[in-house]
Amino acid sequence: MQPRRILWRLADVIEVVAETPRTKSLVLEVPGWEGHKAGQHVDVRLTAPDGYRAQRSYSIASSPEDERLMLTVDRLDDGEVSPYLTDVLMAGDMLELRGPIGGYFTWEAADGGPLFLAGGGSGVVPLMAMIRHRVAVGSAVPARLLYSSRSYEEIIFREELEDLVARDGSLEVIHTLTRSTPEGWSGYRKRIDAEMLEEVGWLPKERSLVFVCGPTSFVEGVADALVGLGHDPARVKTERFGATGG
Amino acid sequence: MTEGFFSRGFLGRRRQTEGDDHLPPGQYLEDGFPVLSAGPTPRTPLEEWDFAVVGEIDEPRRWTWEQFRALPTEEVTKDIHCVTKWSKFGTRWEGVSVDTLLEGVETASEYVTAFCDGGYTTNLPLEDVTGGKAWVAFSYDGAPLEPEHGGPARLLVPHLYFWKSAKWVRGLRLTTYDIPGFWESLGYHNYGDPWREQRYWGD
Amino acid sequence: MDEQRLDGNAAAGTLGEVFSFEVTTAHYACEGCGKADQIGAAMVYEVRGLGTIVRCPSCDNALIRLAHNRGRHWIDLRGIRYLQVEDAAG
Repeated sequence: MQPRRILWRLADVIEVVAETPRTKSLVLEVPGWEGHKAGQHVDVRLTAPDGYRAQRSYSIASSPEDERLMLTVDRLDDGEVSPYLTDVLMAGDMLELRGPIGGYFTWEAADGGPLFLAGGGSGVVPLMAMIRHRVAVGSAVPARLLYSSRSYEEIIFREELEDLVARDGSLEVIHTLTRSTPEGWSGYRKRIDAEMLEEVGWLPKERSLVFVCGPTSFVEGVADALVGLGHDPARVKTERFGATGG
Repeated sequence: MTEGFFSRGFLGRRRQTEGDDHLPPGQYLEDGFPVLSAGPTPRTPLEEWDFAVVGEIDEPRRWTWEQFRALPTEEVTKDIHCVTKWSKFGTRWEGVSVDTLLEGVETASEYVTAFCDGGYTTNLPLEDVTGGKAWVAFSYDGAPLEPEHGGPARLLVPHLYFWKSAKWVRGLRLTTYDIPGFWESLGYHNYGDPWREQRYWGD
Repeated sequence: MDEQRLDGNAAAGTLGEVFSFEVTTAHYACEGCGKADQIGAAMVYEVRGLGTIVRCPSCDNALIRLAHNRGRHWIDLRGIRYLQVEDAAG
């Protein structure tokens, strides 16, 4: 990527899509978008008529191969920015953003694997960009997603993931639900812990590339447990969302 | 490029800014007590804590936590103003007046630097921490000061922007020269009077 | 555990306002303890409204301090011994 300072620009909102009761995907057209790598994010800035501004970061959900840029936003009840994006923003509006940002927490097929992705809640978003990229380029790198959600209804991209797993034997998705489970749920029903990671993760000797994303406490717990199980810290990359997104 | 753009339907959080002449210019009234942290929250055990007055002074002073808590204290109720624009009225503190800590100190210096666990510093004129204007506070709103708000003790200098009320304070260094502290060396105003809206260098 | 701290990636936008190269993949060595890594692996404290502080994950030393006020960027790099950046491809 060419070196340049990242500047603010205006994107057109093409569509706002409901994913789960609390998350929406924003489909954007960004004039002059130079492309991005899976895992990167954008900064979004809202400006009120009196000049007041609020700014937050959102991971890009779309793959670099997608035609349009997609952001998937989790609505925080006491947030300042996310309720605007999920409740007010609509097709035809403009959204100020800058990016793509962040070269550290990225994966492309050429980086190899095997790939281990651990996402907590909306932490799955940059990991989904990696999965979508893997599909788009037809990569056979073995990949596993361990995805923690509060309930079945809150699993973001659930159907798409089911569909991808059905079509691709080298992609596995393991869910765990932490607050409530549906009738007949036979999957994990606890927070991710060392025991689960040992059952689900690749062996340390397989030298997997690991990406962990979600709230700070989730990320620190999972990353510490993985290192404790013998995974190379240099191959574990983390992206903490912070306790409060907004 | 994006000049003049504003987001349709976005108003931001409602802010009470009008009709109050106790509010310095540009401030709004805040119900909560925001926590702004530039680093991990220090957790110094009280057995290891001390407060020191050092620098351009004949005899440095030092108090352990027990000695510090044996000093006379004051209860004060003050308005506080953060440079990030929130203000809180009538905050209640208990602490030791800096006048008590500096009592009888002989010095030619006109400035102090407050230094803290975690490396934070802030600089002030000596006359802005004396004469009943500053405390080392260990209690907020009737309870021991919580670590995220600067506990066990923080500097309290309510007449200046709240970044001068250094959290996790461990001492005052009396200095000949005025040495810009943590935020003062990143473009924040050297003095910081909220009533003259001195937020940044050059204001 | 500090809920306020984020990964080095979180500072990428702010760092990108000032540097024209990708800072999170740049290598640094900490002035305090000598630990070397990529900025992306360091800890970031976004002090909302005040500035951005990047800290060493080993010793908490402030590696890079940034603020943006009155149309000026302030950059303090005293906490690092060096910053190493590869040439951009192409």
